[in-house]
Amino acid sequence: MTIDIETPTATAPAVRRTPVKAEPVGLVADIVNVLVRELQPVLRQPASVLFAMVQPLVFLGLFAPLLPDTGDGSALQWFVPGIVAMTALMSASFTGANLSEEIISGSFERLLVSPVRRSALMVGKALREMVPLVLQTVIIVAVVTPFSFDLHLLGVLTGVAVLVPFSVGLGALSLALAIAAKEQAWVFWTVQQTAIFPLLLLSGVLLPIDGAPGWLKTASDLNPMKYVVDAERHLFAGSFPVDTLAAGFGASVLVAAFGLWVGVRTMNRAS
Amino acid sequence: MEINQNTKSSGPVIRTVGLTRHFTRGKETIEAVRGLDLEVAAGELVAFLGPNGAGKSTTLRMLTTLIAPTEGTAEVAGFDVVRDRAAVRRSIGYVGQGNAAGHQFRGRDEVMCQARAHGLSRRDARVRTEELLEAFDLTEHADRPVAQLSGGQRRRLDVAIGLVQEPPILFLDEPSTGLDPQNRANLQEQVRRLNADLGTTIVLTTHYLEEADALAGRVVVIDHGEVIADDTAARLKSALGDLVSMEFADAHAARAAAERADRIAGAQITVNGTHVAVRAAYGRDAAPGLVADLAAAGTPVSRLEVAGPTLDDVFLNLTGRSLRESQNETATTEGAAA
Repeated sequence: MTIDIETPTATAPAVRRTPVKAEPVGLVADIVNVLVRELQPVLRQPASVLFAMVQPLVFLGLFAPLLPDTGDGSALQWFVPGIVAMTALMSASFTGANLSEEIISGSFERLLVSPVRRSALMVGKALREMVPLVLQTVIIVAVVTPFSFDLHLLGVLTGVAVLVPFSVGLGALSLALAIAAKEQAWVFWTVQQTAIFPLLLLSGVLLPIDGAPGWLKTASDLNPMKYVVDAERHLFAGSFPVDTLAAGFGASVLVAAFGLWVGVRTMNRAS
Repeated sequence: MEINQNTKSSGPVIRTVGLTRHFTRGKETIEAVRGLDLEVAAGELVAFLGPNGAGKSTTLRMLTTLIAPTEGTAEVAGFDVVRDRAAVRRSIGYVGQGNAAGHQFRGRDEVMCQARAHGLSRRDARVRTEELLEAFDLTEHADRPVAQLSGGQRRRLDVAIGLVQEPPILFLDEPSTGLDPQNRANLQEQVRRLNADLGTTIVLTTHYLEEADALAGRVVVIDHGEVIADDTAARLKSALGDLVSMEFADAHAARAAAERADRIAGAQITVNGTHVAVRAAYGRDAAPGLVADLAAAGTPVSRLEVAGPTLDDVFLNLTGRSLRESQNETATTEGAAA
């Protein structure tokens, strides 16, 4: 018996049909491209994102009833802006976990070899933090407004604006941490978990710092998040004291500047 | 095509001079790549072959700007990999060991993003994306999260992303690791066609002997960070010669056969009882005549085996170790290099 072996013809590879014209890409276009990519999972699967946002609501539901009953709802008014800031802290500090996943799976390496500027890669990824910040604030405020919470819309909007640089800066630090940890995601988690709780507790989100011993007060004074939380409390109550707001916004911008500086440096050295 | 021909006339598209990379782990310094001198001409299909940890991937990572050399220089597409990183990145496609597409993203979005990163207009990027998805048979999977694709589909997507700007040079790092034989064959066919049809210069690393053998026109054998051989697979192997093993009815016939076989130029002959082994360049061509002669002389061969040399024999001959055995031995170095 004779068998003729036929060589299988594979599908043609990317044969040129359209000429490819590559134009120089500006810095802003680079950042937008990275930001759009970051938002795709959110846009494509909104359900998964919304599910993650239930977390602060659980916190509100289980912690708010423990607040002292002041009769006028002032406790909730005091607590909600803190929860918004806490949510921003949690969400932004987690963002490096997505990058860890990309480092392990290989897609980060592809971006590093692509023509996208390293700075744009960091800034675009960090700017993504604005989106969960806004969404989560909307959800929290929408849930508490029917209860004894007075909505001061202008204050809340300004409050979000104050939190944007804070979130972006923290996001950048979280991304830098993920890059430094490389394939060892446990390093990322250990440092992230170790860092967020002192930041959180020393900001007076859960309990007021007023009655604290001197050393703890000093530590709290060194925590930029404390100034952000103070500003948020005034803004959510509809008051606009210039010095507190300036301190809060200043601290937030400081976190952004430091975070992006560290982030871009780390990204430039990433391999 | 124009790009390739332009580069061809102006010399090699890849040139390294004394390319060296050290890694420091604690107090230990690992010399992953030591003084590599290499030239690759436009349109070549080159395989870096060597055991894990030999320095193949480290070399590729230097050529693709991921890591900087400790010493020495490298030029890719005419651009220095340290001073002109951006230009190198625009000129190359890179398919790494991992997946190019993020697992929580969709294939179409990822190709599109890469096209935009390379400066294609929104319209061109869209056309190019569909073209690539179709060429790699991915159109119907392009809107599913990458995590849900099969290994073969993901690998095709990786290559599609690497080709988005029609790079004149494509680097593939262990492209077929983890693929089943059919997907491996498909990928190799695609790589071959890309090289043949578009003239794309291709450099790939592999520790599969068969892959280097079947795919590449040129095999660069790397061991302990150095090039120990650099030639076509056929020439590397022909230097070793084929092994012709013959079995005879008795020892007398075997000795007679050995005398006859001695007429083959450069033959090395071993007689063991009724068994005769002849190693000679082009031994497979000499074997039929030898068998016919021996039959005519009244000492017929009762059993015949002809084995061509493999690249593993080449590696064994060069290093005294089998490539397959070297895999485990050097795995720790790779870990440190990563």
